[in-house]
Amino acid sequence: MFVNKAPIKSYLSVGKSQLQSLIDGLHKLGYQTIGPRIVDGAIVYGELNAISDLPVGYVDWQDGGKYRLEPSDEAGHFDYVVGPDSLKKFLFPARETLLQSIRVDGTWNMATPDPAPHPLAVFGVRSCDLHALAIQDKVFLGGPYVDPGYQSRRNALFVVAVNCRRAAATCFCHSMKTGPAVEGGFDLALTELADRFVVQVGSTRGAEVMTNIEWTACTLQDIDDARSISKTLRDQMRTRAHNAETQRESELPRERHLDTTDIHDLLLDNLEHPRWSQVANRCLACANCTIVCPTCFCSSVSEVSDLSGDNVRRERAWDSCFTAEHSYMNTGTVRKTTASRYRQWLTHKLATWTDQFGTSGCVGCGRCITWCPVGIDLTEEVAAIRGDES
Amino acid sequence: MTMLLDQPKNCQPWTAHSARIVDIRPEVPGVATYDLVLDDPQVASAYRFRPGQFNMLYLPGFGESAISISSDPARHDVLSHTVRVAGNVTQALAKQKVGDRIAVRGPFGSDWPVNACRGHDIVLACGGIGLAPLRPAIYHILNHREDYGRVIVLYGARTPGDLLYTAEFSAWREKKLEVEVSVDVGTPDWKGHIGVVPVLFYRLRLQPERTSVMSCGPEIMMRFVVFEALARKVRPENIYVSLERNMSCGMGFCGHCQMGPYFVCKDGPVFNFRQVEPYFHLEDL
Amino acid sequence: MTKKPTLAVFKFASCDGCQLSLLDAEDELLAVAGAVEIAYFLEARTQQMDGPYDVGLVEGSITTAHDEKRIQEIRKQCRFLVTIGACATAGGIQALRNWANVDDFIDHVYAHPDYIQTLKTSTPVSDHVPVDFELRGCPINKYQLVELVASLVHGRKPRVPTYSVCLECKQRGTVCVAVARGIACLGPVTQAGCGAICPSYCRECFGCYGPNERANPISLSRHYQSVGVPSDHVVRLLRNFNAYAPAFRQASNDLQEANS
Repeated sequence: MFVNKAPIKSYLSVGKSQLQSLIDGLHKLGYQTIGPRIVDGAIVYGELNAISDLPVGYVDWQDGGKYRLEPSDEAGHFDYVVGPDSLKKFLFPARETLLQSIRVDGTWNMATPDPAPHPLAVFGVRSCDLHALAIQDKVFLGGPYVDPGYQSRRNALFVVAVNCRRAAATCFCHSMKTGPAVEGGFDLALTELADRFVVQVGSTRGAEVMTNIEWTACTLQDIDDARSISKTLRDQMRTRAHNAETQRESELPRERHLDTTDIHDLLLDNLEHPRWSQVANRCLACANCTIVCPTCFCSSVSEVSDLSGDNVRRERAWDSCFTAEHSYMNTGTVRKTTASRYRQWLTHKLATWTDQFGTSGCVGCGRCITWCPVGIDLTEEVAAIRGDES
Repeated sequence: MTMLLDQPKNCQPWTAHSARIVDIRPEVPGVATYDLVLDDPQVASAYRFRPGQFNMLYLPGFGESAISISSDPARHDVLSHTVRVAGNVTQALAKQKVGDRIAVRGPFGSDWPVNACRGHDIVLACGGIGLAPLRPAIYHILNHREDYGRVIVLYGARTPGDLLYTAEFSAWREKKLEVEVSVDVGTPDWKGHIGVVPVLFYRLRLQPERTSVMSCGPEIMMRFVVFEALARKVRPENIYVSLERNMSCGMGFCGHCQMGPYFVCKDGPVFNFRQVEPYFHLEDL
Repeated sequence: MTKKPTLAVFKFASCDGCQLSLLDAEDELLAVAGAVEIAYFLEARTQQMDGPYDVGLVEGSITTAHDEKRIQEIRKQCRFLVTIGACATAGGIQALRNWANVDDFIDHVYAHPDYIQTLKTSTPVSDHVPVDFELRGCPINKYQLVELVASLVHGRKPRVPTYSVCLECKQRGTVCVAVARGIACLGPVTQAGCGAICPSYCRECFGCYGPNERANPISLSRHYQSVGVPSDHVVRLLRNFNAYAPAFRQASNDLQEANS
């Protein structure tokens, strides 16, 4: 067995075939391994036990309301970007039991489920999603209350991040300052070079896992090569704002960017802007944008009981500010119109989130644009409110 | 107003505590007060709340409802909740009997600034069931009467038959609380004022620079109360309102009760007017 | 213990599928039978009790003059009236006749058209009498039906979501067929309740549960046309089991008008 100690923050050079030993090593430490898989025409997170199961050689094309995967000769192991899934589904699952109550002789016995999650290692996490993870940490762990289920699952999470080498047209992490380069919050981070991976060690756990994997120290050239991948991509993305004119002429999907200057006040000063009703004519209030958003955290709790009413489960499920039930009080629904619901979502995401959590709720992953069935684009909506024609 | 920051992190926030209904007092049609005693003596002895805070009352199978606590915060044996029958949970609660058990999570939310207002004259302006969340503040003031100047309760309801806690008014008056009551629609034997709560303001001679206003009731009523208070030069930072939204988790996790930048469950329900001023007039927010 | 509430099940123009959903509830049905007195249910028991009933479940749409009279009588007999399924709630697939001449159908289908007495339209129960609750679906979901019975027994509001099928798709982790495959799908404008079955088999949602709360099928059909879905395809999609539900009806009429 190869034993080699890797310090935190070090850069290691790992052969492409060695990625399998990383999976095997995580298995030995008791982790279930999750990674990008192709399911029904999209990249989602699924069980990943063999490196050969990665969607090697695929790229994704994304636009408002459109997602397509295509093989590409130039594509490596991770040259698609984000699909509909994010880490959210592992830490804040779609359904979860909060409390179980059983009535015996008129007295309720109540128990909260014991959160003992399986340790999970997730491969292929992008910079935007690491920022989303940090944001959800603030929501579920950062306040006066701690969500016990989230906390236990979070503690059992091992993150293998990946530096993006390309961006989709819907990506705008450069605008939100959340990427493309992975900067922290990971256990290991991979950058794919032509013939190997540069692995950055981000935590003691990451270092421990690398102990049993064959690696060599990176040369300064390797580190430079790895860094320049992110830098090149970032520079490319930054030119988007200036290319708006040529973009408009082009048949290709518009490459997104978002002007965040004074965005908090811009939106809150325009709560009665006519744009809200205009977008409501297109908006389906179907909730897709909120559910694919890696930071959206709204949920509803419902009672699941048998007919006797003696066995009751309180179940938390993903909910959305686009549903009527979300703002329902006994005096009626507060946000009755689609316009008020879209306004709530956008102003929360980009403005009041900052008041609540000290950070924007948007990480620029573009999922809400791609997975909107009619392709509503929040970058366009903000630009319209700002009064920009583009 | 996030008063909970001084408390340790609650790591079992979903646990509901069993409580016995020890008394049910019908107040007015459709409204009753439920006195609860927490079953677990340890939980009961550690339980403290501040005026204006609320509990989530839980009836398994029916769900939870956010109900403000309406008893004396200095009393540690019994928790009172004055409840109007409105939805699933409150309908089910109305079917409970003394001795039945329900469950409680709490207390949640911000409180009336009874300490910050010491030395001030206080106007408590409330409508309908809005007196219930203010009653703990009234009890606190009665318990520390010497700490406050004039204390005026302006209370309105639809009809004389809808007025809460009328049996207590004489005791409040004995302790020099000025209790002014008005109804929208009188009855032949009604001798009091007719009109909405903000109208009661007209008769007041206030020293605005040393007056605080606490208001709870329908949002439209509070809007006019705030308007009247400001017109009388009460400082906006001395005006407090208690808002109602659909509080569901009580902890800012579920997102339901948001109003602008606030989670009403944890940043409210009691807000300083300055906090909500930009949003107070907006529909559907 | 108070007397068990009485339940009656009535059928109008329909395929019986929703009644079968109740019988299909098997394990839960025993509990239902324990919680309520099934007083009138031709498909389930031979002995029928006379009304009035606490709860009436109505399957099927109103298609004959006899139906029109009978639904009035049933309304008088039932304290709480629930329509079950797309036929009773929206007129069903047979409401397609509302866009055609029913006599042409009769002539084509029946050897003796003169035996057939029917109305020119198929309409939902709510067009004729007040309805207290609608259980959607084609057919209804048995769990929603059990939830409805439980809510009536326990005196609470039934927990039946009014949001879109998309929420169910995302909750179960199904990749969106509209976005990832370009398939015209009614999920974003259809009420949840089925558990998003069809998209999990890479098929579009056919709108079995009818329009969701705040459904916007006009925007959705505009979008599908803009990405190249032929408008007659979208019209056919909208004119399905819930063709005559107001939101779907308006959208398909608008589309047809725009293209004529």
